[in-house]
Amino acid sequence: MDGRHLPVRRIAGLLLLALGPVLVLGVLFVLPVSGMVAQGFWVDGRFAPGEVLDVLARPRVHRIAWFTLWSSSVATLVAVVVGLPVAHALHRLRLPGRSVLRAAVLVPFVLPTVVVGVAFRTLLGEGGPLGFLGLDGTPVAIISGLVFFNVALVVRAVGTAWESLDPRPGEAAAALGATPLQVLRTVTLPALRPAIVGAASVVFLFCATAFGIVLTLGGVRYGTVETEIYLLTTTVFDLRAAAALSVLQIVVVVALLAVSARLRQVPDPTAQRVVALPRSVRRSDWPVLSATALVLVAVALPLVSLVAGSFETSGGWGLDNYRALTTSGDNRALLVPVTAALATSLRTAVDATWMSLLVGLLVAALVTRRSHSVAERRVRSVLDGFFMLPLGVSAVTLGFGFLITLDQPPLDLRDSPLLVPMAQALVALPLVVRTLAPVLGAIDDRQRQAAASLGASPARTLLTVDLPVVWKPMLAASGFAFAVSLGEFGATSFLARDDTPTLPVVIYRLIGNPGELNYGMALAASVVLAATTACVMLAVERLRVPSLGAL
Amino acid sequence: MKHACVRAAKLVSVALAALSLAGCSLATSGQEDDRGTEPQGQPGTGGTVVLATHESFALPKKLIRQFEDESGYTLEVRASGDAGTLATKLSLTADNPIADAAYGIDNTFASRPLGEGVFAEFAPTTTPPAAYALADGADRLVPIDSASVCVNVDSAWFGAEKLDPPTTLADLADPAYRDLLVTPGASTSSVGMAFLLATVAEYGDAWPDYWTDLLANGTKVVDGWEDAYYGDFTSTAKAGTRPIVVSYDSSPAFTVSGEESTTAALLDTCFRQVEYAGVLEGAANPAGAEALIDWMLSDAVQSALPESMYVFPVVETATVPKDWARFAIRPETPYEVAPDEIAANREQWLTQWMDVISR
Amino acid sequence: MLELRDVSVRYGATLAVDDVSLDLPAGQVLAVLGPSGCGKSTLLRAVAGLEPLSHGTIRADGRDLAGVPTHRRGFALMFQDGQLFAHLTVARNVAYALRLRRTPASRTAARVRELLELVGLTGYDDRLPATLSGGERQRVALARALAVEPRLLLLDEPLSALDATLRERLAGDLREILGLARTTALLVTHDHEEAFALADRLAVMRDGRVVQSGAIDEVWRAPVDEDTALFLGYARVLRGDAARRVLASGGLPGADAVAVRRSAMVVDPAGTLAARVESARVTPDQVRLVVVVDGIGRLDAVAPLGSRVAPGDPVRLRIDVTRLAGLPIVAGP
Repeated sequence: MDGRHLPVRRIAGLLLLALGPVLVLGVLFVLPVSGMVAQGFWVDGRFAPGEVLDVLARPRVHRIAWFTLWSSSVATLVAVVVGLPVAHALHRLRLPGRSVLRAAVLVPFVLPTVVVGVAFRTLLGEGGPLGFLGLDGTPVAIISGLVFFNVALVVRAVGTAWESLDPRPGEAAAALGATPLQVLRTVTLPALRPAIVGAASVVFLFCATAFGIVLTLGGVRYGTVETEIYLLTTTVFDLRAAAALSVLQIVVVVALLAVSARLRQVPDPTAQRVVALPRSVRRSDWPVLSATALVLVAVALPLVSLVAGSFETSGGWGLDNYRALTTSGDNRALLVPVTAALATSLRTAVDATWMSLLVGLLVAALVTRRSHSVAERRVRSVLDGFFMLPLGVSAVTLGFGFLITLDQPPLDLRDSPLLVPMAQALVALPLVVRTLAPVLGAIDDRQRQAAASLGASPARTLLTVDLPVVWKPMLAASGFAFAVSLGEFGATSFLARDDTPTLPVVIYRLIGNPGELNYGMALAASVVLAATTACVMLAVERLRVPSLGAL
Repeated sequence: MKHACVRAAKLVSVALAALSLAGCSLATSGQEDDRGTEPQGQPGTGGTVVLATHESFALPKKLIRQFEDESGYTLEVRASGDAGTLATKLSLTADNPIADAAYGIDNTFASRPLGEGVFAEFAPTTTPPAAYALADGADRLVPIDSASVCVNVDSAWFGAEKLDPPTTLADLADPAYRDLLVTPGASTSSVGMAFLLATVAEYGDAWPDYWTDLLANGTKVVDGWEDAYYGDFTSTAKAGTRPIVVSYDSSPAFTVSGEESTTAALLDTCFRQVEYAGVLEGAANPAGAEALIDWMLSDAVQSALPESMYVFPVVETATVPKDWARFAIRPETPYEVAPDEIAANREQWLTQWMDVISR
Repeated sequence: MLELRDVSVRYGATLAVDDVSLDLPAGQVLAVLGPSGCGKSTLLRAVAGLEPLSHGTIRADGRDLAGVPTHRRGFALMFQDGQLFAHLTVARNVAYALRLRRTPASRTAARVRELLELVGLTGYDDRLPATLSGGERQRVALARALAVEPRLLLLDEPLSALDATLRERLAGDLREILGLARTTALLVTHDHEEAFALADRLAVMRDGRVVQSGAIDEVWRAPVDEDTALFLGYARVLRGDAARRVLASGGLPGADAVAVRRSAMVVDPAGTLAARVESARVTPDQVRLVVVVDGIGRLDAVAPLGSRVAPGDPVRLRIDVTRLAGLPIVAGP
C-alpha cells in the first residue's frame, strides 16, 4: 500500500464507519434543532440574520447569559470541591456499606427536577426547617439544587479514576518529604486532572441547561438561558429571540467541549493499569470522612423530607398515599393510575436503553481506535465532541424541533411510540459513551494482533478480545442509561401522549392538581421512582469493574 | 466441564432476560397501543379522532366510552404542557397539524394560533352564550369552559388574627396586609399572567406603579401556582406563611371543612379565563373533530367539567355539584382584556413586569 | 543506623512480617533477599512508614520511629518502575524534594545539574518521563531520591524491570553512586545477582521471617539450610554419600550435605573425579556441561571456552573448593 495515501484511506474508512451514528444524531438532533433555529432566521420567507443578532444585544439577554455563566461555573466548582473527598472516601477507603452509599449518591441525579424542587422548597421555604436561612428564591438555593443533582457525577467519574491511580508516585513523594496535603496537590490531583476535567465539563453542561431546578428554586427573579428560551417560545412566542439564544447555547457548548478536549489527555492504552486495593480507614482520614459525612447528610436531607412527606396523610402517618397509587388520584386527577405510569416508564426506559447502548457502543468503538496520523486524531476528537452536543442544547428547542421537522415521510416520527425513548436516548448517549470509551481504549492492541496472527477473523477477534472486557461495562452503561431515562422530564413532557404518560410526567400532574391526597400521592410516587432507580444503580454497582471505565 | 456448564447457564439466562425485555419494548407492542387499527366500540363510521390539549385535561372514562360508542370514533388524546405550549405547538405546525381538534386555547393565547390560520371555520350544534364568544374568531373557536383567576384568602387565619380580609386589588397594597400575599409569576404561570392582566385592566398604564407598591408591601412572587398554593398558602401548605394567594374562583370548594369552607375568593379581583376548542385546518378527520366538540358542549360533559377539571361549564343547562354551588362562586364582573390587545402587548408587559420584579 | 527489633506486620489475618530483627550500620547497603510473597516488600513499606506495625520497634539513629509519618522520616523510596511524576519534566521531578523545602531556585538548579550528571543524564532536563526508556527512568528516580541526601534510601527491586545488560550496567553505576555518596540503603529483591551486585550485608527472608543475616560474603559462604542455598544461587544440594565423596575429592572434611555451584566442577585432565558428559552448552564465559558421575549422579560442570566436549565424552573433573558450601542440617527434603 502506498504509505502516502494510507492516512487518507484510514480517515475515509473512519468516516464511513461513523456514518451510522452520525446519521442517527443528524436526524434526531441536528435536524430538529436547526429546524427550530431556522424558524427564527427566516422571517416571512426572507433570511434575516441581522434581527437575530440584534436580540443578542439586548441587556436582558446579557443579564441572563451572565447569570447562567456564573451560576453554572460556581455550581460546577462547588460540585467538584465537594465531590472530591466523597470520591476518595467511597472509592479508596474500605468503608462499611460503601457500595450502598455509592448507589445512594447517584439517586439525586436521576430524580425528576420537579420532585427535587418540591423537596427543596419544603426544606428551604419560609415555614420549613431551614427557612430561617432565608434562602428561598435566592441564587444560593439554585446552586445548592444544581450541586445536589450533579455531585454524583463527580464522585463517580473521579472516584473510578482514583481507584486505578498508581499509588507509587504518591508514596515516593511522601518519602521525599511531602505532607499528605502536598501529595494531594502536587501528585494526585494532577494525575486525576483528565477525570476531573471530564466530569466538570459534563456537570457544567447539565447546570447550564438545567430547567426545572432553576424554575422551581429560583422563583421568577432568576432566569437562565434555558428558562428564557422556554419563556420566549411558549409564553411570548418570540421565535427569533429563542433561536438567537439557542445559537448562543450551541456556540458555548462547542467552545466548552473544545477547551475540555484540550485539557483532557487520552490515556495511553498500553500503560499498566494498576488496581490499588482500597485501604482500611485510619485515624488520619478524619477530615475526609467528616467532609464526606457532611456531604452525604446534605444530599440525604431533601430525600428524607420527601420520604417523610409521603407518609403523611390526612389522618396522621400512614400508607394511604402508597395504596392510592393504584387509583387515578383524587377527583380523577389522572387518566391512568400511577402503577400504569410506572410500567410505561419502565418500558420507555428499556427502549431508550437499547437505543443509546447501540449507538453509544458504535461511537465508543469509533473514538477509541488508535489513530495513525494527526489528522485522524482530530477527526476522532471532533466526532467525540459531536456526540456530546445533545447535553448542551435546550430540551425546549429539541422538543419543538421534533414536531416541526419530523412530520413528513420518510421521517414521520411524530406519532411513533418510540419518539419519547429516542429523545431520552439522546440525553443518555453521552453518558454511555463516557462509560464505554475508556474501557475500549484500554484494550491492548497487541491482544488483537496476537489473535489475528493465530488466525482469527476480525469478527472473531471482536468476540474473543473486545467482548469479554466490555460486556460488564456495557451492562453498567445500560443501567446508567436506564436510570437516566426513568427520571427524564424535560423533553418527555413535550412529547408524551396523554394516554401513556411516564412517571415523572404523572408526578408533575399530581402536584399541579389541588387536593391533599394528590400531593401525598405525588410524593409517594416520587419515593417509588427514587427507590426503583436506586435498585437499578445498586445492580450497576455490582457490575462495575474498578480501574476501567469513567463512570 | 463445570465451568462450561456455568458459562452456558449464564448465556441462556442473559438471552432469556434480553428476550423478555424485548417483549417489554414499546416498539414491539406498537400493535396494542395503536388504537387506530383497532377501533373499539361499535363498528360505525370508524376512524380515530385526535385531540390536542394541555396536561390539565381530564374527563371521566365513562363519558369517553359513551362518546366512542355513540359516534363510532375512537378518541386519542395528545396532551402535554400548558396552554402556552399548546398554542405554540399548534402555531408551529399549522401547515401539518398534529391533531384533528384542539382544546385548551384560552383567551390570553387565542390570537396566536388564530393569526397563523390554525383553525377551520366551525359552528357547533349547541351555541354557547354569546358572553363567552371571542370578539375576533368566534366562528372558529368555541368556548367550552371558563374559570376565573381570583385572589383567595384563608378565612380561618383572618378569623384567628381578628383581621378583616381584603376585598379589592387596592387593598392588597395596603400596609395593613403587609407580607401576606403570595402570587405566581406572570412569566412562569398562566395564573400569574391572568393576575397581571387583571391589574392591567384595573390600572391601565399605571399598572407598574401598582406592582411596585405590591412588592414594597412584601408580596412574594413564586414560580408556579402549585408553589404558591402548596408551598406558601397557610390553608393548604404544610408550612405556609401567607394567607392571601392568587388562585381560582373554584378553589374554596376544595377547602371545605364541615359546613364551611376555610377559604374564600375575592370576587372583585378576578380575571376571567375562557377555554376554547376548535377544528384544526387541514385535519385528517374533520367530521370526527366536529362531533367531538359537539359532544364537549353536551350537558353530560359540561356537568362533569367542575369535578374533572375544576372549571365552570359555559352551557347554562349544565349542573354544577353541590359543594361547588355553595362554595365556588362565579364572579359576575371579572376583569377582561381583549385578546388582540393581549397579543399586541404581552411581550412588552411581561418585560416591564420582569423589570419591576427584579428591581 | 537502622535497627529493627521484633518487627511484625499483620495484613488482616495473615502475618506478613513475623518477628524480624535487623541491623544496618550507616553507610552500608543491606539487601533483603527472598522469593515473592515472603514479606520483604511489606517490611520495606513498614520501614518507610507506609504500613503500620503490629509489633516491634524501628529505630533510626537511635530514635524510635513509632508515630512518625512517612514524610518526616527522611527516607527516600525507589520502586522498580512507575514512580516518576508523569506531568513534570525530568528536571522538575528531580527538583521536587528541593522545592518542597523551598530551596532557592539557583541552588536547586545547580543541584539538579549535579545529580543528572551523577546519573549520566546530562541534558535531559526538559524531557517528559513518558519519552524515556526504562533505564533512564530509573536513573531519574535515583537522582530524585538522592536530591536531598536522605539518611536512608529504600529500594524496592530497583532493577527488576530492566533487561539483563542494562541491569548489570545500572547495578554497577548504582553501587558506585551509593558508595560515593556514602548513602545508607535498604534493598529488597528476589534476584540474588542484584543483591550481590549492590549490597554489603544480606538478610534472607522466607515466609515473613529472616532465616539468615550477616555480611554478604559470610552468608554466601555458609548458607544456613538447603532452601537458602538454592535461593542464593547454589545450583544443587548433595546429601549423604554423594556429599562425602565430592568433599573428599576436594580434600575437605566430610559433611552430611553440601551445596554446589554450577562452576564448582571444572573439567581438568588432572582431576580426581571421573564423569561422562550428558549435555554441553556454550555461553559467553565458558562451556556449561551436565555430567554424570559414578556414584553421585548428575552434576553441573564447566569447561573453558574452546574445549571440544561433546555428549558421551568421558571427562575428569577438579573441584573448586571456593564454590562449595557445607550445610549444617542433615535432614532430608
